Amino acid sequence: MHTLARNMLISAVLLGLFAIGGSGMVAWIFANTKQQIAANERATVLRNLHQLVPPETHDNDLFNDVLEIIDPQLDNSKEPVKVWRARRQGKPVAVIINSIAPDGYSGSIKLLVAIRYDGTLAGVRVVQHRETPGLGDGVDLERSNWILQFNNKSLGNPVTDKWRVKRDGGEFDQMTGATITPRAVIKAVRNTLGYFATHRDKLFATAIGETKP
Amino acid sequence: MSEYSKIFRDGMWTTNVAFVQLLGLCPLLAVTNTVINGLGLGLATTLTLILSNVTVSLVRNLVRPEIRIPVFVIIIASVVTAIELAMNAWFHDLYKILGIFIPLIVTNCSIIARAEAFASKNNVPHSFADGLFMGLGFTLVLITLGAIREGLGFGTLFRQAHLMFGEAARSLQITLISDYQGFLLAILPPGAFFGLGLLIAAKNIIDKRRAAKKPLTVPAPVAATAA
Repeated sequence: MHTLARNMLISAVLLGLFAIGGSGMVAWIFANTKQQIAANERATVLRNLHQLVPPETHDNDLFNDVLEIIDPQLDNSKEPVKVWRARRQGKPVAVIINSIAPDGYSGSIKLLVAIRYDGTLAGVRVVQHRETPGLGDGVDLERSNWILQFNNKSLGNPVTDKWRVKRDGGEFDQMTGATITPRAVIKAVRNTLGYFATHRDKLFATAIGETKP
Repeated sequence: MSEYSKIFRDGMWTTNVAFVQLLGLCPLLAVTNTVINGLGLGLATTLTLILSNVTVSLVRNLVRPEIRIPVFVIIIASVVTAIELAMNAWFHDLYKILGIFIPLIVTNCSIIARAEAFASKNNVPHSFADGLFMGLGFTLVLITLGAIREGLGFGTLFRQAHLMFGEAARSLQITLISDYQGFLLAILPPGAFFGLGLLIAAKNIIDKRRAAKKPLTVPAPVAATAA
């Protein structure tokens, strides 16, 4: 009985030592990679943002000049949408809104919608989606140029009624084999433009970190 | 020396993790839509296998049999978490693609299977070799399956190589068929099942032909005692 208790104790201590050793190693590596990982994430976000709003057009710290908005007009109920603001010498240049198209074919599609201060689109990119490869994934610039047709469009160009795919009587090209995906993206871009139109100046005036302009 | 060549043959062919043991199929089937994805997951798995095998072998005399499984699990989980963090730090773009499959290496049964069946009973150099060749055998299947699916699905090879080797590697992409329309089935999950099934069938055919050719030089009892 005595030896049994002793054996159990030794086993428990050994197991504990392994747990401490294992988590110690993970903690050490975490501490040493933390900065690099944060820098990578920042670089990835900035690379995406700079595709739409080139670095030479603004002089503020774009990455940190950000709001997190929840607004029914943006069609997001729970997840806040990030809004980055580009300024040059204090004057507003453009916003990049991390919109969500909730009604993609398989789940929501995350977009970056860049809108210049005058209300025209600097561009749209899909940053996350789970659309069918070969069909709906054409919204991804890696697969096709479909997303580029938004460049320089605005709420009045084309008029609101024409913010649809051609099959639905609109002005935007459709995608072979996919109807739901382009519809979802066009709707989300139109809503984002609408949101920007009503909140433009408040968006630029709000302090960093606020959730309501 | 022959011990190592046996470990090599077992890992790469005779008891190949993916072909024969059929372990780790979840990540195998999920990420093999391109060669580069397969290579990335394969190398991460190989590194995990080597590190966990070596560690398990180092502590094999210290660990009591009744706590060996939890100890192996701690070792494997720590190694995988460390690799995940390191990949996130240094291969960030590839990490974003393989991201959710890296933690899944923990659940890849082949790793605990090798710890239990090999590393806990063998010395460090042999365990290292076993981890290396089991991992490379797995990687080989991942790459082959990736090549088949990418070739059929996109008509290319080595697309998105820059995710792993940096921007300079963009030119590595080989276009097999220009103006290819793509074959969706190959990229979707069912394509992975078809591809793996065909590869296993091909391996079995090769093995049968070999066995038929020289029926006397395959001494099964010897292999059994060595294992």
